[in-house]
Amino acid sequence: MHSTIPAPLGADAGHGTLPAPVLRLQDVGWTVGGATIVQDVSFDVREGEFLAFIGPNGAGKTSLFNLISGLVPATEGTIELDGADITAESVPARARRGLGRTFQTSSLWPAMTVADHIRLAAQAATGGSYRIWRRAARYGRQVDAVLERTGLAERAESPAASLSHGGKRQLELAVLLVGEPRLMLLDEPMAGVSAEEVPALTDLIRSLHRDEGRTVLMVEHHMEVLLGLADRLAVLHHGTLLALDTPQAVMADATVQQAYLGEAL
Amino acid sequence: MSTVVLLALTGLGLGALYFLVASGLSLIFGLMDVLNFAHGALLSIGAYGTWWAASGHLPAAGSGGFGFVLAVAFGTATGALAAVLLELALIRPLYARPREQVLATVGVGLAVPALLSAIWGADARPFPGPRALSGTFGLLGAQIPVNRLVLTGAAVVVLAALKLFLGGTRHGLVVRAGVEDRAMVTALGIDVRRAFTLVFAIGGAAAALAGALGGLYFGSVDPGQGTSLLIFAFVVVVMGGMGSITGAALASVAVGLVQQFANYYTTAGLGDLAVVVLLAALLLARPRGLTGRLA
Repeated sequence: MHSTIPAPLGADAGHGTLPAPVLRLQDVGWTVGGATIVQDVSFDVREGEFLAFIGPNGAGKTSLFNLISGLVPATEGTIELDGADITAESVPARARRGLGRTFQTSSLWPAMTVADHIRLAAQAATGGSYRIWRRAARYGRQVDAVLERTGLAERAESPAASLSHGGKRQLELAVLLVGEPRLMLLDEPMAGVSAEEVPALTDLIRSLHRDEGRTVLMVEHHMEVLLGLADRLAVLHHGTLLALDTPQAVMADATVQQAYLGEAL
Repeated sequence: MSTVVLLALTGLGLGALYFLVASGLSLIFGLMDVLNFAHGALLSIGAYGTWWAASGHLPAAGSGGFGFVLAVAFGTATGALAAVLLELALIRPLYARPREQVLATVGVGLAVPALLSAIWGADARPFPGPRALSGTFGLLGAQIPVNRLVLTGAAVVVLAALKLFLGGTRHGLVVRAGVEDRAMVTALGIDVRRAFTLVFAIGGAAAALAGALGGLYFGSVDPGQGTSLLIFAFVVVVMGGMGSITGAALASVAVGLVQQFANYYTTAGLGDLAVVVLLAALLLARPRGLTGRLA
């Protein structure tokens, strides 16, 4: 017996009906100690979209990521993930809904091996077990697949501390990927990475988006990296959204030139 | 020569006791940033639990053979249970308040020995151990009490089990990662509180085992045993590096040996002081402890 859930009227795939956004921010703001860090930020992110955030230092890019991932609570507005209001949810609760994030500074466990990182992430993804003596090695196949995918297979047994900056960034992406995230937030994934390592890392991020169709939000200072990656660019300035459009349109925008590109030069 | 052998093996036995207490203390501090001053109380609970069971109060348990093994298992389980209750009832509600947490564990550390002396008296009670473990054996001309070997063996088994647990199991992975960076484990979506309770249970079991086997070493149990061992266990934890099991093992052996030799060759009591001097010297040379890292 098949049971079918009748679709609500008007929700068919007719003309002009877009799928519900993966992420929706409405009038999101964050005020702390009387200072407004983020103000009136609203945008939608569609499934499979790559949205990049640019803006001068202190524009509120990382703060916005903190609000979306739940590290700090929004003082204004609402945040929805797949239609569910997550504004008041904790970091782990949002992580379980499929929101994965990397940080500006490397966020790894230095003494643990690369493979242990993936095993831990696999454990987080599959949910805990109350069995105490459960071998970590049972994640073998999953671990191998992700290590292969991110180019870390040869360094599986090295401690994370021994990796180069680029290697650490790859490992962070690998940790995220194990959880099959609905939405990936990448906070300056190229920070500290040597110039030789940037192209490989860019290729990896691009393939996550293009080949696997993942939805990505990324903060990045390297404009040349973003121009080949992002579907849309969002410009933040003093905590507000100054512009949100295709990279070409944003680059041509005079206010943006003044606010960001002018200051950056 | 025979004196040196005796002192070395006695030092090892004492070091084994320190390790059993310090391993749990170190993991608890490394993972949860909790200085558990009630850890000595867990040892005392294990000691009295074993003594109570071995004195014929627990059916099938006794002072000889399998009965004694059962008594030790009972004491260890009681300690683990007490540790879990302590974590759930007192430590967990106070995670955001470290000062109150310290006060609460100090309170338990004082209350449990007081409770034990109220029930069974403040005097030391003779510890009923199996005859096979109360004898001595000859080694290189020295007569070594058998219980020194039992203690050392138990500590080695616990060390190996802890390494296996930390290195090869899912929860061990969470504990290791939590010791390095707890916030990141939470950010992954893992509920670390479950690991907290588990680490308390393991630490409590190890401390209670130290209490049970300490009864053999000292020949008696008294309410203050846990507290006096706890001081040296703290020294071991600091020397070994917070959260490091291997470090705790090395530091335990060092402290036990230095204490025994210094107490014998100088004045009694100077060995205890020598341990503190050793700690100070090590901290000056290597502020992060012997290993400076976990496992």
